[in-house]
Amino acid sequence: MDFNATLIGEMLSFAILIWFCVHFIWPHINKAIEERQIKIAEGLNAAERAHAELKSADVKVAAEIKQARLQATEIIDKAQQQANQIIDKARGEAIVEINRLKASAQDDIAMMAQRAREQLREQVGALAVQGASRIVQREVDASTHKALLDQLAAEI
Amino acid sequence: MASEQGGLTEYIQHHLTHLTPHAGKGGFWAVHLDSITVSLVLGVLFSLWFWLKARKATAGVPGRGQAFVEIVLEFVDGQVKDVFHGDRRVLGPLALTVFLWVFLMNAMDLLPVDLLPWITGKFGIGHFRAVPTADVNMTFAMSLTVFVLIIFYSFKAKGAGGYMHELFTAPFGKHPALWIPNFALNLVELASKPVSLAMRLFGNMYAGELVFMLIAGLFSAGAGVAGWALYGAGIIGYTVWGLFHILIISIQAFIFMVLTIVYISMAHDHH
Repeated sequence: MDFNATLIGEMLSFAILIWFCVHFIWPHINKAIEERQIKIAEGLNAAERAHAELKSADVKVAAEIKQARLQATEIIDKAQQQANQIIDKARGEAIVEINRLKASAQDDIAMMAQRAREQLREQVGALAVQGASRIVQREVDASTHKALLDQLAAEI
Repeated sequence: MASEQGGLTEYIQHHLTHLTPHAGKGGFWAVHLDSITVSLVLGVLFSLWFWLKARKATAGVPGRGQAFVEIVLEFVDGQVKDVFHGDRRVLGPLALTVFLWVFLMNAMDLLPVDLLPWITGKFGIGHFRAVPTADVNMTFAMSLTVFVLIIFYSFKAKGAGGYMHELFTAPFGKHPALWIPNFALNLVELASKPVSLAMRLFGNMYAGELVFMLIAGLFSAGAGVAGWALYGAGIIGYTVWGLFHILIISIQAFIFMVLTIVYISMAHDHH
């Protein structure tokens, strides 16, 4: 096979074909390749981000649970304190009431004792008068000796 | 004019002669060394290329080469997935091999038709056809391999009994009188697959090569001003046909792959 102009013409055409491929075909393939790379990179990034977010969410959840637990203990403490306060208050009131009742009962007792004493005094006075009149054998005029009798009763 | 015509005829005949150890004698052992060499080199190149990329493949952001390989792989796998709903571990790689190998062999058509013969001519080899798929031996070699796989998967998917039953009872029916027509039709259908597969690819590539040669004939068709005009027309024609041929080689490679998938997935189908 001789080397001649035919081969040169074919090579020129081939050069044009290569130029065409470089300018019109390869860019499309290149674009597909780059898009694929970007897509994969984005996917991996997103996965990593999601992973990190999950981790931070876990931390947040743990912190929140801890805080909730703290709050719960606080509430329980407060409630206990309140309960204690209520009990203390009730006890105080009860004591006051008891004292009051005791005092009034004591008053009643004292009053009743007073009354009994007075009755006794009167009866003793009457008895004394009766006894004295028996001794004197005559009626003692109660009205004339009233002052004397009263004085006697007071002395008893 | 007659001498020029003779020149073109001789030129084309020269280009349509394969490199064989017994040039011009023909016969069974006239092996086409050019087809074998080019196809082997291309096959090894593409295998090495993909093997290297596959070996270094990462799960992270792929490099440009890996991304390209992945795109090709995904494209082929998508085609297989659309047609075949079974285990793709064999059919996927098969389709990939068919597609890329046929594409690369077809792509040899885009090289200047005189380039490789000129280079081999320097080493004393006058006849060298660069396009293995324009060699009917090459296309039949592939289609017959596919044919063997069709038979193999027919037996594998249906069992010997099931396949025989299908050959004799489909498509007309189970009646004994219909066994022979059924079988004859199935044989025709079966035989038509490798023949059509091989002839389609061979015809397209052979015709494409021939058109390149005819256009190349323009380069030396005239003398003087007319000769230069024809030379320019030759360059334009050669380029335009080359651009069109980019489409043809891709489509032919694609068709060969898809039909291979379809035939083998049909072998899996039960009638």
